Amino acid sequence: MELSTLSLKELSDALREKTVSARELTGAFLERINRFNPELNAFVTVAEEEALAAADEADRRLARGEGVTPLTGIPVAVADTICTKGIKTTCASRILENFIPPYDATAVSRLKEAGAVIIAKTNTDEFGAGTTTGYSAFGPARNPWDKDREPGGDGGAAAVAAGLVPLAVSFDSGGSLRRAAAFCGVTGLKPAYGSVSRYGLAALAPSLEQIGPLARQVDDLALLYQVLAGPDPLDATSLPAAGPGRDGAEVTGPAAGSKGLRIGLPREYFAGEQLQAAVKERVLAAAGILAEKGGEQVDLTLPSTGYALAAHILLAAAEASSSLARYDGVRYGYRSPEATDIDLLYKKTRTEGFGSEAKRRILLGTLVLSAECYNDYYLNAQKVRALVIREFKEAFTKCDLILTPVTPGAPGRAGGERSPLLQYQDEYYTAGANLAGLAGLSLPCGLVDGLPVGVQLLAPAGREGLLFWAARILEEATGRLSPPSFQE
Amino acid sequence: MNYETVIGLEVHVELKTEAKVFCGCAARFGAEPNTHVCPGCLGMPGALPVLNKRAVEYCIKAGLALNCRIAPFSRFDRKQYFYPDLPHAYQISQDDLPLCAGGGLKIVNPAGEERLVRINRIHLEEEAGRTYHSGTGTAGYSLLDFNRSGLPLIEIVTEPDLRSPEEARIFLEKLQEILRYIEVSDCKMEEGSFRCDANISVRPAGSREFGRRMEIKNLNSFKAIQAALAYEENRLGSLLAAGTPPEQEESRGWDETRGMTFFMRPKEKATDYRYFPDPDLPPLVIAEEWVEAIRAGLPELPEEKKNRYVKEYGLPVQDADLLGSFRETAEFFEATLRCYSGEPKTVANWVMGDFARLLNLEKLTPAQSKLKPEALAAMLQMIDDGQISGKIAKTVFEEMFYSGKSPREIVAEKGLAQISDENQLTAVVREILAKHPGPVADYRAGKTKALGFLVGQVMKETKGQANPGLVNKLLREELDK
Amino acid sequence: MNLEKEKVKHLAELARLELGEEEAAEFSRQLSEVLAYAGKVREAPVAGMEPVIHLLSLANVFREDEVEPSLPREEALANAPHREEGFFRVPRILEEN
Ligand SMILES: [Zn+2]
Repeated sequence: MELSTLSLKELSDALREKTVSARELTGAFLERINRFNPELNAFVTVAEEEALAAADEADRRLARGEGVTPLTGIPVAVADTICTKGIKTTCASRILENFIPPYDATAVSRLKEAGAVIIAKTNTDEFGAGTTTGYSAFGPARNPWDKDREPGGDGGAAAVAAGLVPLAVSFDSGGSLRRAAAFCGVTGLKPAYGSVSRYGLAALAPSLEQIGPLARQVDDLALLYQVLAGPDPLDATSLPAAGPGRDGAEVTGPAAGSKGLRIGLPREYFAGEQLQAAVKERVLAAAGILAEKGGEQVDLTLPSTGYALAAHILLAAAEASSSLARYDGVRYGYRSPEATDIDLLYKKTRTEGFGSEAKRRILLGTLVLSAECYNDYYLNAQKVRALVIREFKEAFTKCDLILTPVTPGAPGRAGGERSPLLQYQDEYYTAGANLAGLAGLSLPCGLVDGLPVGVQLLAPAGREGLLFWAARILEEATGRLSPPSFQE
Repeated sequence: MNYETVIGLEVHVELKTEAKVFCGCAARFGAEPNTHVCPGCLGMPGALPVLNKRAVEYCIKAGLALNCRIAPFSRFDRKQYFYPDLPHAYQISQDDLPLCAGGGLKIVNPAGEERLVRINRIHLEEEAGRTYHSGTGTAGYSLLDFNRSGLPLIEIVTEPDLRSPEEARIFLEKLQEILRYIEVSDCKMEEGSFRCDANISVRPAGSREFGRRMEIKNLNSFKAIQAALAYEENRLGSLLAAGTPPEQEESRGWDETRGMTFFMRPKEKATDYRYFPDPDLPPLVIAEEWVEAIRAGLPELPEEKKNRYVKEYGLPVQDADLLGSFRETAEFFEATLRCYSGEPKTVANWVMGDFARLLNLEKLTPAQSKLKPEALAAMLQMIDDGQISGKIAKTVFEEMFYSGKSPREIVAEKGLAQISDENQLTAVVREILAKHPGPVADYRAGKTKALGFLVGQVMKETKGQANPGLVNKLLREELDK
Repeated sequence: MNLEKEKVKHLAELARLELGEEEAAEFSRQLSEVLAYAGKVREAPVAGMEPVIHLLSLANVFREDEVEPSLPREEALANAPHREEGFFRVPRILEEN
């Protein structure tokens, strides 16, 4: 049985029917990780021992038949910016090279409660600041479709695509998870703000980011999302159990009584010169498929889209400068051997501990929050944010979901020298969802020159179920993608 | 030329909640280092703050007691600076939207003038950790304990309305009294739960401009505050008089042993703390009903209490001051009064006298002592009813204080009841008269002083239990026969 | 907005980072470019818009005043780069008084 290509449901059935044990399953994935990871560098840490122990516990659960969930015994990789108790959590930074958290992120606790096996920690950009994993202190991850290409800002998508894990959990503060899903040919969801607890996610941009699932197929994605989502008393920005935003995780179609799915196509997302014709064609083809299934395409305008990215750059930097200030070598993490006085403790530790993009955001954010720039940059960016929210809100009165590209082109060369501004502009199509707190689902919509590209579906909080529903239609129509070189 | 001193205060007060303000760690003083810490108050990656409701309540309580407006909308901001005792490199505080604003507190200065000290604002924030210094010179290093990190703290900022070091001290004492009264803080200066920075400037009397401001940091006793301000007042006055006003605003320290302030550093032209709203904490929307519920739960404040004691109970002002300043004492006094139908002044005398003396001796507060108000009331009633003498009462009281027993129990156990039986006493009186012919003769010769001696002898014979009034009467009767 | 090299160095100082001359020059170039783009928020049609301070319409999210277990001290200190007798140890902090 080729375990690496099975769906979550198939794996789950196999475990329940005892055709395979959790230990065997974990062992099989560990074998694949050991074999393929050196060429992909998708992981920072492989938690072999802990994973096997968790698998044994899952086997006991399965044997007793108590508390078994669809995730019981299933290996899951978790981004290295998400804290795992007793397992090194480096945030892909030198400054946390040896940090072992004494606590689990809530997302991780929820996975463990469901019986999942945390198997490895995935590579990301340092603290998630970047779009290609090129800023990982442990070297970039590679795209399984072409190892000379970048995989998007998250090694988890590469790992899922290559079948090194069936599922992964990562996070998204501007689009890294969705870009990675698109570039590796898998599905990924950035949940609406407040849906999944941020407790234990090393903050980069706390008002923008969410933890989200990655999977090879939509049904698995939905299942994993339902495990991650829920209120958390440890996160004051998590949505309460009941109320708007919390009632839409189940896969459901458009509201009863509506004529069908109304698919909004914002002009600004299709107009720019940067959008490659081949990508545009595949994304519009996806819209066509949904329309064919009784949907209706709605022409939309979101005039502040250009400003949105500008605001996102400023706010992400402002929040990063504050979030990353705590890394000082006092209580945990790296401390420079040259820290002979208190001033050097800070300066040397932070200078040696952070990479270039983290420093760039810290500098920019420090500027944005300084008294002289606060009104012009920070407050104006927050006002733009208000505008963006208003435009999306209006748009969602005219449509049920918004369909856009995820990226303007196919994945670029790994390690390609592009200016920081160009890299920030990678998030042109995705940053809006972070600004407005929308749910954004990314799924493959075809290949361009043999490399996957994706389509993004956006919906307001509480309508994730609709995203899954629409994504499933697209998935059925286009079929799943699998990188050729990772099969047995 | 006459000079005028202008003083404003910034007071930091630790709130006495059970848990810290943004995490569940115990908010307790004096534990082993780093035993009340968690990922949150250690600033570990991903840990998030969740606001302690009681800390908000306490801040509102303080605001109401100091006549502030409670902001219907307020929020938390990050005040960013690097210091090893600050785990996130930002302090969660409140910048432009504090919880309480615009209050005031009246004091009476030593000249007997009433002064309103306006409160600019009170905001809620988190405490930093503690640093200890070890070793000396280049071998020196510092040790950090984060037990204190994340304790709830309020900062009370006054307007520059104080005009002398004495006024500053009086204001702070009164502030402390109120905050203790409403039970939001222990206000222990020695433990750092009540701290003060003072801003002082001196200007020619009548001038509307302020002089250059000196900030005196970390004053840790009322004595130090008054002394440091007095020193600084003098220094600035002399500088002005010499025509050499200070060139810059400074932060200054206080050297307790030498009794002088010293230069620490120039006061930076408004440090840029790069405040911004904390994205991890939703705002506070304080409903009128909540504020009113908290207001309803406020105790009568010391000022009102003292006035009432004078008006309602006819107590002298000094007694009212003494009884009203400490909430437990006032409560004990009032509780006793509720069970006692005699004079309030009698209760006051016992509470301020024997009770205060024993509490002091045993270092207890009224609530900690075994003596209950009902017991004191019962004892006073026994005196009034002539069941025990005032002198015996002192013994009974002490026994009540240490054993917690009722006065009746003690009187019965020890046989201390007053002898008011005329026949019984007449026998004793006759016996004493027979024993002391000298004083009897003296008395009859007109030396009435001798009566005192004879009364004393009867009391001695009855172990102090004889009813003194009756003894007097019987002696006279016998002697005048 | 042009972000001069000296300004970059000042920001680095505020953020406790050390930058070499070349590095500062490079950041200055890159960030000037970023600001030239991102600075357009100043021209956005935002008149009358209230800045979004909190994305969700939540308020008064509290925890009760209840003590929960703290970390065992060993776990609290396990990641410390330098510790001594239950404390975190750092180079000498100059005392203020
Ligand atoms: Zn704590």
